Amino acid sequence: MSDPIDLTAAQAAERIGAGEITAAELFEAYRARAAADDLNAFTWVADAAPESNGRPDTPLAGVPIAAKDLFCTEGVPSQSGSKILEGYRPPYTATVVSKLHEAGAPLLGKTNQDEFAMGSSNENSGFGPVLNPWDHGRVPGGSSGGSAAAVAAGLAPWAIGTDTGGSIRQPASLCGIVGLKPTYGACSRYGMIAFASSLDQAGPLTRDVTDAALMLRHMIGRDHLDSTSLEFPGEIALPSAEDLKGIRLGVPEDLTGAEGGIEPGVRSNFEATLELAERLGASIEPCRLPHAPHALSAYYLIAPAEASANLARFDGVRYGLRVDGDKDLVTMYSRTREVGFGPEVKRRIMLGTYALSSGYYDAYYGTAQKVRTKIAEDFRSAFEQFDFIVTPTSPCVAFELGAKLSDPLAMYLNDFLAVPMSLAGIPAISIPSGLSDGLPVGFQLAAPAFNESRLLDAAYALERAVGFDGSSARV
Amino acid sequence: MLEHEQVLHVARLARLDLGEGEVERMAGELSKVLDHIEKIRELDLEGVPPTSHVIDVVNVLRADEPTPSLPRDVILAAAPEPLHDGFGVPSPGAA
Repeated sequence: MSDPIDLTAAQAAERIGAGEITAAELFEAYRARAAADDLNAFTWVADAAPESNGRPDTPLAGVPIAAKDLFCTEGVPSQSGSKILEGYRPPYTATVVSKLHEAGAPLLGKTNQDEFAMGSSNENSGFGPVLNPWDHGRVPGGSSGGSAAAVAAGLAPWAIGTDTGGSIRQPASLCGIVGLKPTYGACSRYGMIAFASSLDQAGPLTRDVTDAALMLRHMIGRDHLDSTSLEFPGEIALPSAEDLKGIRLGVPEDLTGAEGGIEPGVRSNFEATLELAERLGASIEPCRLPHAPHALSAYYLIAPAEASANLARFDGVRYGLRVDGDKDLVTMYSRTREVGFGPEVKRRIMLGTYALSSGYYDAYYGTAQKVRTKIAEDFRSAFEQFDFIVTPTSPCVAFELGAKLSDPLAMYLNDFLAVPMSLAGIPAISIPSGLSDGLPVGFQLAAPAFNESRLLDAAYALERAVGFDGSSARV
Repeated sequence: MLEHEQVLHVARLARLDLGEGEVERMAGELSKVLDHIEKIRELDLEGVPPTSHVIDVVNVLRADEPTPSLPRDVILAAAPEPLHDGFGVPSPGAA
């Protein structure tokens, strides 16, 4: 029998169903690899498979999942990459994790991330950076960097992450795997330690498009514990398209022009991928998203503003760290937060607090929410002419550890191509489209809200034509 | 450019006891980010409604049926200083 690590999650589920391997064997194969992780991708690894889930007669047949640290998992450390929550073991489990458990996927481990999901390199984790399996001197992207590295390196069959402004798609791109950000509201946010509530969405990070569809199928659905979650219209279909005949792809020159700072190697790979799509029958035309270049600015007001409110709960009273508990109350709050939060989290709390403070609210937060309306309108009108909007996922390949740490603005520009879709609440997928200087490049496709099945189908056809081989990262 | 005093004011609002070096660094970093962000204020947004929710959802209601909450001891197990069946906090007035 071939090594089970070489199977995709869907293939592994099939083999278990057919009795060729057992779920316990598969779990142990991955558990041993995750426990020997030299990428710092995991913050916690299970000792053994739980007995209560992973039965072979379930849809996911016992194929285990890795979950980003910020998903609350009952009795298991859930720290959102922050020292302020070090050792926190929540008394309940996030809805998407419970749903995947019910579908037969047990928990393999928790994955490292940028603190409170704020970052594009995973260097902002309170528990050390994650290394990119393609080159250990480079970042895996972020904020779901541990999930992306674990899947790319074959330390987990698949993983869940969250995407607020690119945090699933960008690390998927930098690690050479598939990452899907669903429509806002498709998956319940209950039990996700919040960053920016109007943007946060859970989604799959997987080895291929079929795995992404299979996992998403068992994540979606309305949850009475999250009133912004929605009943998804229909089921997520497993992809089967062999070509892109009749598909109209729009290339937004407002994003792919000079302002996006796209590296030459990424650009030439993007153009080669467009040619592949054309050969599969797609038509490719430039399109306009005139407000999209302003998305990053709007995002860096809206997300920090929401974060500054969400992170007010970390005050040393109910859980986590407490510092100077023998002083007065406000001193205890301020010292706990000063010691517990890392530099990027403090920066965003400060930015958000400033944007919401008296006298600045209309100029900053109010303006940003109007820009958001215009960006959503831009996408709506583009989708009258196009089935999908396509861009590179990230303007660059994986960069060296430390390269952008001293320049917050340069780090934020990593999200230039990913943030517009987040603000519009629409689904977008990144698939590996080849290598540039030996490092993976990602190709992003975005679709109208709730068009995940069509999006996955198109991504699947393109994936087959690209023929990306990620096996060299799974040593 | 954000002034030193402005940074201190925002830090007080955010309940962050920033060190002196951090205040200086934050003033520079935030100013650079704000300079970039400022560009959106040049857009003509007259009459544009702000987005309150990106997917249209109206009146999300549920039946008002009481269900049990998590037990008190389970919740207090995570507290740094549980006290008399509650969360212990320092006195607001203590020096």
